[in-house]
Amino acid sequence: MDENIEQDLQKQLRKEAIRRNWNLFRQSKLGMIGLYIVIFFLFLALLQPFLFITGIWNKGVYDPVVGYEAIKDTLLVVECPKEYPTEKYESMSDCPAKGEINVKRLYLAPGVEVGDYYEAFIQPAPPSSRHLLGTDSLGRDVFSQIMEGSQVAFVLGLLSATLGVGISTILGTIAAFFGGRVDAYLMRQSDLILMLPSLPLLFIISAFAELKVWHLAVVLGVLGGLGGSVITIKSQALQVKVKPFVDSARITGGSRWRIMFSHVLPNVAPLALLFMVFSVTGAIASESVLSFLGLLNIDMSWGIMIYLSQTDGFIFSGLEFWWLILPAGLAVTLLAGGFYLVGRGLDDVFNPRLRKR
Amino acid sequence: MSKEVLSVKNLNMHYETLSGDVHAVKDVSFSVKEGESFGLVGESGCGKTSVAMSLLQLQADNAKISSGSIQLDGVELVGMNESELRKVRWDGISIVFQGAMNAWNPVVKVGEQIREAIREHYPEKSKAENTEKIESLFKMVGLDAAVIDRFPHELSGGMKQRAIIALALSCDPKVVIADEPTTALDVVIQDQILKEIKKVQELLGLSLIYISHDIAVIAEMTDRMAVMYAGRIVESGPTSEIFASPRHSYTKALLESTPSVVGDRVKLNSLDGEPPSLIDEISGCSFAPRCPNRTTTCNPELDMELVEIGPEHYVDICNKESH
Amino acid sequence: MKKNVIEVRNLEKYYEVSGGFFSRKKDIVKAVDDISFEIPFGESLGLVGQSGCGKTTTARALCLLDPKTGGDVKFYNNETEDMENIDNLDDDELKKFRRNIQMIFQDPYESLNPRWTIKDIILEPLNIHNIGDLQDREEAVVEILKTVGLTPASNYLPRYPHELSGGQRQRVSIARTLIMKPKFVVCDEPTSMLDVSIRISIMDLMLNLAKDLEVSYLYITHDLAVARYMCNRIAVMFNGKIVEIAETEELLNNPIHPYTKRLISSIPVPDPSYDRKVYDVNYDELDAIIAKHGNDNPMVDIGNEHYIATHDVKGLI
Repeated sequence: MDENIEQDLQKQLRKEAIRRNWNLFRQSKLGMIGLYIVIFFLFLALLQPFLFITGIWNKGVYDPVVGYEAIKDTLLVVECPKEYPTEKYESMSDCPAKGEINVKRLYLAPGVEVGDYYEAFIQPAPPSSRHLLGTDSLGRDVFSQIMEGSQVAFVLGLLSATLGVGISTILGTIAAFFGGRVDAYLMRQSDLILMLPSLPLLFIISAFAELKVWHLAVVLGVLGGLGGSVITIKSQALQVKVKPFVDSARITGGSRWRIMFSHVLPNVAPLALLFMVFSVTGAIASESVLSFLGLLNIDMSWGIMIYLSQTDGFIFSGLEFWWLILPAGLAVTLLAGGFYLVGRGLDDVFNPRLRKR
Repeated sequence: MSKEVLSVKNLNMHYETLSGDVHAVKDVSFSVKEGESFGLVGESGCGKTSVAMSLLQLQADNAKISSGSIQLDGVELVGMNESELRKVRWDGISIVFQGAMNAWNPVVKVGEQIREAIREHYPEKSKAENTEKIESLFKMVGLDAAVIDRFPHELSGGMKQRAIIALALSCDPKVVIADEPTTALDVVIQDQILKEIKKVQELLGLSLIYISHDIAVIAEMTDRMAVMYAGRIVESGPTSEIFASPRHSYTKALLESTPSVVGDRVKLNSLDGEPPSLIDEISGCSFAPRCPNRTTTCNPELDMELVEIGPEHYVDICNKESH
Repeated sequence: MKKNVIEVRNLEKYYEVSGGFFSRKKDIVKAVDDISFEIPFGESLGLVGQSGCGKTTTARALCLLDPKTGGDVKFYNNETEDMENIDNLDDDELKKFRRNIQMIFQDPYESLNPRWTIKDIILEPLNIHNIGDLQDREEAVVEILKTVGLTPASNYLPRYPHELSGGQRQRVSIARTLIMKPKFVVCDEPTSMLDVSIRISIMDLMLNLAKDLEVSYLYITHDLAVARYMCNRIAVMFNGKIVEIAETEELLNNPIHPYTKRLISSIPVPDPSYDRKVYDVNYDELDAIIAKHGNDNPMVDIGNEHYIATHDVKGLI
């Protein structure tokens, strides 16, 4: 009979604890903003497969990599003059104007004269009711690409963060506990990794190996895990190690491994969680840079979107083809920043002294 | 008949928190005469530190005085704005904090920190005058003048504590609050510090409010005292009177649970349970749930009031028939 | 002839401290400097002294947390029915031996793992030493919770330490400590961070358990009044050495060593009418005793099992 009371109480206490922590987190405006951003992008990431599965979206049209839709538009054929200004056009950039097309571009189409109306395929096409963010130069829906990029960002971010934090937590705790040569070696290793400039290192690695999303996640995770966070986790573990409850476990006869894993690790976990959230930010940013430089073997991501718009020459076109650059760039900034803000919010929960009350 | 220097009437103070209002000080009234030493005793959470903070208006941001009056030499402190309060602090009332040893800025010399305090209130005084003042203060508390040029980490715990007392006296306050000033110190040093405090008090004619959970110290240091429980004063009066004939059950429990090195070895009594939460409204006697002397006539639902049962000896009871 | 549960002889704990950045010389700090005592079964010894005197260092050395630099510590071995030097134990024997020593800590907020439930905290010793099966262990936990006054057990088992008050946490510490029925428990000021009105209840609990389970305490405190309440004998420590050791009432009524006298006379008395005179330190009485009994032994027996230290303390007190 007592067992049931105990279990009920346990569930009740669990709920209360969760509610309390949630309220604390809610107090942090930054954390809440970050959380909304992350949830928004998560929603986007899950929306795409949902739309495909339910058939609302036709895969042939909306697939971010191989989809295609021809947007047609009727254009007036004009011949652009050799000298400016003329009656119609002020300067060279005004011809052809909106809704017009230069006859020289249609040299492959037979029988087209100046003054005719020509049906052309617009690629990239501006946003319309069928394509909320328009299409790119290959006719692929940009909105779908954003959603695909969101999936990549989450997978990459969370995978590399989990791996990195797992490694650094275990190494940091081992360094704190065994001290001596083990500690010295691990600290020198961390120093080395810290010293190395991460981006050039990633360049070199991607030159030797074809990096897909999974590969990049592992590389980022391992590099992150062996780096500076080991030092911070170790110092936290050292603080826990001298607490009376650890002494108590030692006096009782607990072995070193037992104490490390059942006593120290759980107390280091909140800090590790914090690191994890912050390293997601770094992972998303790294991916976009590497993709932008064409170093990754990914089909579609936000970085790839920006990369493509650069190689196609649209990056310096100003605001004319804004849907090729702005959504992807904003997405990277927002999601990376969003995770960072969530980390700040979590900081408030875990560090009571920073709370306002 | 010496005059009243500090008069607190019906002070109510609460902290606003996420879970609700925590009523830390409930209807507290007491007065301190010139040159007198007044003790405030109670356990953790009873509200004594909150009272001290209220006197100086140094409470946290979420603390609010909801009603009551604090008068220093006839001047009402409740309702003053910050700039007016700054003049009163240290000049009228000063405080020796709990854990005061850690209140020193580690990168500034001790003498300089005291000088800062004096400059704040007496900007017109010259450096030479201030140094002279500090030297005489140090002499009073038993510190060598050379300490003026020392950094806090160069001093022992006892020396830091004496310096804190000098700091509290630096602007010639009328009232000094000592909030557990000797908690972290060894017994031998504590004895010395207590003697210094007493000597300084007599020398300067100060009024002292001594706050502690240690009733032995209160017994030795104070002329009058008040016992606090759950935010209220449950008994107050002359110290010797309260020790000789305590009336409130909580006072009795406190006295009965203190071991002593003198006298016979006695079996001591303890209290069950814990103090009540200060968030909920408590009607009637807040001590009733734990009171070992609860009788059938004791009705904890009735309103409480401070009733005089002897010369200046007040007890918080619910009816005239005491426990 | 009383059987001793622990015998300490010439215990030493020295620390090396660097003389400075450029100095190769290392100074030696003698935190514990040649102390000896024994505790019979069923009795408790109070170790009283001010901060820095070496009492906590002694406690940690006896519990094998920090290795001692010198001296012998012998514990009673049930199987051989004789005193056994802990230096002679190998790892397995040492683990078994740890079932008989425990420590209760001062800080109720830091001595329980904040991420463990009360149930896990009290179960741990049983798990480490593989006592009984799961059901036996859980029953033992419920039983000990009842003994320390935390009932109904189901109300406490799933909770975390931060949900309990300071007094309740110390009870959990006591439960965890005593569930293995050790013979010797070191108590490092377990009530100094608790409210005054609760202290007595915790101390009474410890006294009752000592009687029921035949546990001996080494009770460490700076508060002589508390030591008086808890212990049969009291040892006064100063500067790493024991300066006086005697039965409790004998020590309080008839203190000899100047340090002890100074200590006792400095303690405030909860009685406004008591005129407390602080002892004016003079070494005459000590010199007389040394002259009479000689100082070959570091501790001199002046009769009535009352011992005084003879080493030079002039100018230190």
